[in-house]
Amino acid sequence: MLDTLLPILIFSALALAAVGAVRRIRLWGQGRPSPVPVLRGLAAMPRRYLVDLHHVVARDKVIANTHVATAGGFVAAMALAIVVHGLGLGSGWVSGVLGWLLLAASATMFAGSLFVARRRRNPPARLSKGPWMRLPKSLMAFSLGIFVVTLPAVGVLPADAGGWLVALVLAAVVAWGLAELVFGMTWGGPMKHAFAGALHLAFHRRPERFSDKRGGEGRSTGLKALDLEDDQAPLGVETPADFTWNQLLGFDACVQCGRCEAVCPAFAAGQPLNPKKLIQDMVVGMAGGSDAHYAGSPYPSPERGEQPVGEHQGSPHGPIVAPAATKDGKALVDAETLWSCTTCRACVEECPMMIEHVDAIVDMRRHLTLEEGATPGKGAEVIDNLIATDNPGGFDPGGRLNWAADLELPLMADVERAEVLLWLGDGVFDMRNQRTLRALIKVLRAAGVDFAVLGNEERDSGDVARRLGDEATFQSLARRNIATLSRYRFECIVTCDPHSFHVLKNEYGAFYPPGQEADYPVWHHSTFIHQLIESGRLRLAPGQRARVTYHDPCYLGRYNGEYEAPRAVLQALGVELVEMQRSGYRSRCCGGGGGAPITDVPGKQRIPDMRMGDVRETQAEQVVVGCPQCTAMLEGVVPSANDEEVAVKDIAEMVAAALDTTPAATPVPRDASTPQAAEEVLS
Amino acid sequence: MQPESAMTPGLDVTVLVSVGRHPLTGRVRRADQDARGVELARSLANAEVRLLHAGERNESSDAALRGYLGMGFSELALLEQPEGADVLPALAEALDATSPHLVITGERAERGEGSGLLPYLLAERLGWPLVSSLAAVESVENGVATLLQALPRGQRRRLSVRLPAIVTVDDAAPAPRQSAYGPARRGTLEASMGPVSNDEEWAKWQVQPARPRPKRLKIVKATSARDRFKAAAAKSDGGGGQVLTDVTPTQGAEAILTLLREENVLQ
Repeated sequence: MLDTLLPILIFSALALAAVGAVRRIRLWGQGRPSPVPVLRGLAAMPRRYLVDLHHVVARDKVIANTHVATAGGFVAAMALAIVVHGLGLGSGWVSGVLGWLLLAASATMFAGSLFVARRRRNPPARLSKGPWMRLPKSLMAFSLGIFVVTLPAVGVLPADAGGWLVALVLAAVVAWGLAELVFGMTWGGPMKHAFAGALHLAFHRRPERFSDKRGGEGRSTGLKALDLEDDQAPLGVETPADFTWNQLLGFDACVQCGRCEAVCPAFAAGQPLNPKKLIQDMVVGMAGGSDAHYAGSPYPSPERGEQPVGEHQGSPHGPIVAPAATKDGKALVDAETLWSCTTCRACVEECPMMIEHVDAIVDMRRHLTLEEGATPGKGAEVIDNLIATDNPGGFDPGGRLNWAADLELPLMADVERAEVLLWLGDGVFDMRNQRTLRALIKVLRAAGVDFAVLGNEERDSGDVARRLGDEATFQSLARRNIATLSRYRFECIVTCDPHSFHVLKNEYGAFYPPGQEADYPVWHHSTFIHQLIESGRLRLAPGQRARVTYHDPCYLGRYNGEYEAPRAVLQALGVELVEMQRSGYRSRCCGGGGGAPITDVPGKQRIPDMRMGDVRETQAEQVVVGCPQCTAMLEGVVPSANDEEVAVKDIAEMVAAALDTTPAATPVPRDASTPQAAEEVLS
Repeated sequence: MQPESAMTPGLDVTVLVSVGRHPLTGRVRRADQDARGVELARSLANAEVRLLHAGERNESSDAALRGYLGMGFSELALLEQPEGADVLPALAEALDATSPHLVITGERAERGEGSGLLPYLLAERLGWPLVSSLAAVESVENGVATLLQALPRGQRRRLSVRLPAIVTVDDAAPAPRQSAYGPARRGTLEASMGPVSNDEEWAKWQVQPARPRPKRLKIVKATSARDRFKAAAAKSDGGGGQVLTDVTPTQGAEAILTLLREENVLQ
């Protein structure tokens, strides 16, 4: 009897899965077009799965092994089941071998599903409950069912063992397993992540983020440019259908593991953002309906503790954020959710499904800013300042070098060529950052670096305008900065602002006029100082005895992969470096990115306070940073009564204090006329 | 704002907008006070709001005027005038033709003459009442508007004014909303040639950059914090001055002239 039932079950499950797949693909197809290399993508998919995705999953060894056993066992078991039970292929010893292989595969899968079940016994808060709680049972049903029905095929049991009742029960168990694992994959059950995830890997919007065989590290963090020339193109994303189809596909791939939620600084601060819920909301919007079935942690709410689910709904062509005219109206997502993000990319870094949360958030912000004029907090004022004065503070652009009146900085306009173009950034208007800049200039002069600054010709890099969604102002600033840069000759750009660094390095490339390109490297000052030390141009007198910890700026670390150079510099200084629990690629944001201090969405605590808590845990006397935003955010933390004050030092300040001022045994090549005015002021 | 029922349906509002100038960089922008006027008009329930600009047209002025469109308008009426023309007759004629109930404009322009006289001359020419420093329009009923006028130090004065009227806004009016790029780009500038009258006087003027004049220091001799606070918060009435009542125009004019000479305004 099973011989008749099993092929029917298997092929009807496959047929239903195919129908579901067409429906699912139609849902994604509502998005805007985005050309992808179909065959090349599909060919690259296995490598992207086995290397890049597994690299992220393997950060948790137990889960990685569980997944390998369960998923690997399932894929093998399903393929073999189609051959053995579906088609009844093979006879004699072939069928025997296939049968034993199938037994092994389903046993492996069963072993994996036991670990899945164990994790579901006391699931951490970040995991979604709901349908996900039944997944281990479904996995067991499939693996056990297939295992038992395969026993007769290898001759362990007689073909008609147990009679028709047992056969019916077995068929029901197998049917349950097939329902969850085969057509549940395309009809929206927990296994949807396997189908959508595989295609998402193949048709990812950022194919360049995956590693390649030649050892390319695979990093793609610059935001995609909005085409402002085309006045038909939507300015950002208003409705779920305004996303590109492969973005929608990416949202659908979410496995609701909540790793993003666990690392999101805004979620931890009680601001109304949970990256996992946001992605699920986009799935709800794409399919149409309400978020009532969401079974994970909701958005925090400063007033109510958490936002109850079921209040928000959306449709593919309905607005994501309720327009301002409908004051109490709710749509799919509240605007505060989108403005809570600090664009720190912790969620993207952790996501095993390679979902691009930050891209989606900025896309939606673009609509709010460019179409609705609804940038909250001080956002509108900052954007107006950027338009009128080229800096976010609204300071006189003619006073960019006032802080350096005594330093006699060489201007690019005078010298026209230099080894290093020193990009000062908007920190020139900030008295705290001016100390960092002075230190950096002292270091560069000590190393005899031939550098020059743009002075009043420099403008804001456009970072904050872009993260606030004002692509128009960003592109205007970018194009004018590019025109300025292309007038001068230099070997590289050095900056102490990771935000400028990221934008100059990764985002300006798209705005060079045709036939021109950015043909210079851009370095963060920590990298450049490390190079100076390595090449012997900078001599240090190690002897500082401080216990320090280093805070990785998001835009240096996760955005640009520079974790080593600052640590190497600290090592050269001879200080004792203790790492925070969350450092390197898991570093927690200071709360200063993405315009978050400008939009200032309330939460139950502040992000920099939490980060300073991380710092205090290490019992370091100083926290070393490499970013003006981080400096400002961490220095703004008021220590509680029984806490020691922790000094916040930029890495340039640490180096400037450790310069070896004794005459060098072998003189470092240095331009004798280099002014040394800075040193008296600093020492 | 008052409930909608308090408003006459279909209140016709025209906001006169000008090309502004950023005080630090001199870049063109939407003028701050005019933008506040637009914001005030937008906040009126049931109002049909038109934007009107008269002036020279070029690329940079277009960009500035689009700043007003970005506040949520699909079009802006533009009366093209040659450089140096007196825009008063053109505006008066346009307002005569469209006869709005309420005309809102900023106190003074950020570029050009910037004398702040245009609303007054316009009111005089149209024979309409004028209210300066408007803080809010409370209600409009039966052709009479109840207005809230801003006075120094946060005081407010409620006024009833028969429409049509001209009102001007200054920094006491609500801050303007953000100008969004999308609507600004999509909106149209409906340009037409207005009647041109050349400003002969202005043509003869010699214009030069203003020199910042030294500020007169206010020396406070206070012994307690309370006195210092009172002095800082006090209205700067200068202490001097005189109130003249029942004098002939000639006597009044002479008194003003004497004061201007004393203050070195006239030499």
